[in-house]
Amino acid sequence: MALATFKGGIHPPDKKDIAKDSAIKEAKSPQRVVIPLSQHLGAPCKPIVSIGQEVKKGEVIGEPGGFVSAPVHSSVSGKVIAIAEFPNTMGRMVNSIVIENDCKEEWTSLKDNPDYIKLSADELKEKVKAAGIVGMGGAAFPTLVKLSPPKEKPIDTIIINGAECEPYLTADYRLMLEKSSDIVEGLKILMRILGVNKGFIGIENNKPDAIDKMKDAAKNEPNIEVCGLEVKYPQGAEKMLISALTGREVPPRGLPMDVRVVVQNVGTALAVYEAARYGKPLIERVVTVTGEGIKTPANLMVKIGMLISDIVDQCGGFKDSAGKVVSGGPMMGFALSTLDVPVTKGTSGILVIPKEGVVHTEEFGPCIRCGRCIDICPMGLMPSMLSILSEKGHYEDAKEYNLFDCFECGSCAFVCPSKRPIVQFIRLAKSLTKP
Amino acid sequence: MEPVKKEHELIVTVSPHVRDEETTSRIMWTVNLSLLPAFFMGFYFFGLKALFITALCIISSVLSEYFFQKAVKKKLTVNDGSAFLTGLLLGMNLPSSLWSFNPFTIHVPIIGSVIAVVITKQFFGGLGYNIFNPALIGRAFLLISFPKAMTIWTEPTAAFLALDAKTTATPLGILKEDGLAKLIEAFGDKLNLYAELFNGHRAGSIGETSVLALLIGAGFLLYKRYITWHIPFSFLGTVAVLAWIFGGKSPETGKMLLFAGDPLIHLLSGGLMLGAFFMATDYVTCPSVRKGQIVFGIGCGALTMLIRIKGGYPEGVMFAILLMNCFAPLIDRAMKSDVFGAVKEKKK
Repeated sequence: MALATFKGGIHPPDKKDIAKDSAIKEAKSPQRVVIPLSQHLGAPCKPIVSIGQEVKKGEVIGEPGGFVSAPVHSSVSGKVIAIAEFPNTMGRMVNSIVIENDCKEEWTSLKDNPDYIKLSADELKEKVKAAGIVGMGGAAFPTLVKLSPPKEKPIDTIIINGAECEPYLTADYRLMLEKSSDIVEGLKILMRILGVNKGFIGIENNKPDAIDKMKDAAKNEPNIEVCGLEVKYPQGAEKMLISALTGREVPPRGLPMDVRVVVQNVGTALAVYEAARYGKPLIERVVTVTGEGIKTPANLMVKIGMLISDIVDQCGGFKDSAGKVVSGGPMMGFALSTLDVPVTKGTSGILVIPKEGVVHTEEFGPCIRCGRCIDICPMGLMPSMLSILSEKGHYEDAKEYNLFDCFECGSCAFVCPSKRPIVQFIRLAKSLTKP
Repeated sequence: MEPVKKEHELIVTVSPHVRDEETTSRIMWTVNLSLLPAFFMGFYFFGLKALFITALCIISSVLSEYFFQKAVKKKLTVNDGSAFLTGLLLGMNLPSSLWSFNPFTIHVPIIGSVIAVVITKQFFGGLGYNIFNPALIGRAFLLISFPKAMTIWTEPTAAFLALDAKTTATPLGILKEDGLAKLIEAFGDKLNLYAELFNGHRAGSIGETSVLALLIGAGFLLYKRYITWHIPFSFLGTVAVLAWIFGGKSPETGKMLLFAGDPLIHLLSGGLMLGAFFMATDYVTCPSVRKGQIVFGIGCGALTMLIRIKGGYPEGVMFAILLMNCFAPLIDRAMKSDVFGAVKEKKK
């Protein structure tokens, strides 16, 4: 049987071998953490601690600033030493709380409640809300919002995204191997919250052991189906994943709930489980430290707010010299200008590219209209036209070519023989015009 | 463990941070390479003259691009292989008889190259911005400006050192002037006609005659996915169908006889194979959405047959492609790619 997939897409070298075999290790607790008050899409949090105040691990330090928001907790026990603007991985200045670690690892409260599945849907939702869970695949969209669809948009399917289609990254893969039953439990909780009785777990076929593990973990769950997916980027993009598994296409500019689906990342499902069972807030996550430029690649359980420089130190530092350090994967990640930025809830990986491995694309040629980008665009757009219109300053005209349907996966720029920064042109046009 | 130096100079660029190995110049040089079999057959059939003409076109194309870019202080791009390709294609589209000192016609290829590279390509903004296929505009200009010199065809001969080969008409020329019976007579029998058209032993432009060699190059490009089936197959298919429907003539009255044409003769002769696989597929001047390319190919085929059957010229591939080049931007505008989810939305 042909594997589930979507139309278009590319095949960049997956490079997962670098980190895939190192089991998840707890990173050493750093001396201090810098916890941004905005780690998610939506309104930033309001700080509710003051300088000098003692906080415990798991204590709420920032309250959600709106409906589309999620609370922020301290990831260590210690003392608040600063509340100020610090750069984040995207290079923006964000109000952050700095906490000096007393290394006592004292929790606020952490209770095991094995009967969590007996809780009502609303009680479970409350737990997700309190834990400050956001989408951990990268976009960091508050999970609570996805779990609160409007009445006229019923949900009938939940998909756990285990595609991990970004090259290099192996965090979700390791989680699926090591925490398979917890992830299935997380999915069951999500299904209970939304009153859904169909769950999918979609995994790219280059992780057969993860597929086996997950299948095994879900073998007593008739409502949960573990599906192998064709290995193709961007298989893990929400819309592509939904189309591959259910055959439903989210309409342009629409959301998964328009086709009755909610998609959650593997890490998110685990966080939901831990929140429901232990009341554990989202204060740590798995980060893949990888790339040809890092001495010891690893999959680390990292406290939110730990600086990337500390993580790189713990992984033996750079081989020779690093050319580029990327937060996230190579297709959609952000190149860092400094390593003194914190890991947030959406940081899936740290990719160290050595100097000789950096692809120089400062110079680019004219569009030769070869149509490669049109063939592979998963959204069926014409990236060539968008880039030409944006280059010439015709931002309004770009809307005729469905500018705002682009989710910036970067496939077009990957295949472009003229090495045009197509995604950048599209972002520019998006920022200079209104939908 | 060595501590990480914090003052590393990190390179910051936009995503994606990995790129495919394909480059514009690799594509251009590969297309050049794929034309070599056909060029060698032209060399074999038409001798040193073919080599000289083609070399002259390539050198003058590359030089005119170089000097133009120097003159207007643009970035030099002669290495990308596109000017070389224009020169090669133009050369392959010219009759070898142009290498002639009496009458003196060797300036003709040079003029064609300058028209192709400077006027058709660079004046419009260089690679990627030209509306018309440069090599074809170059050839069209020459055909109109030097109609006599451009239509002297030499007989193909394996004795390729000969500089004074006999002249003859192209198969399409014979078909147009004297009819199918004469054409078959000229080649002995029908089977021999097909065979000679296929291997390229016939009068014509340097690189257009050997269908076999052209198909080898085209197969390579299709295999490498540098071109897709959409344009060439819709182009050739339309020519075949129209040749079958409208290409027949009653031997007695000379009037058109419907559904009696010979599609194979039309497919194998003239510049059709060269045009369909190597010229109509020029990225810059064809539509870039696949379904639009099919429309483009059908248009090329229909115009080719219109000119071949009803027009004043025996061959119509060049004008057909150039006319369709005008429509390429419109086709792209009218037939945009299918946006994900949009179709489903309409169905609801």
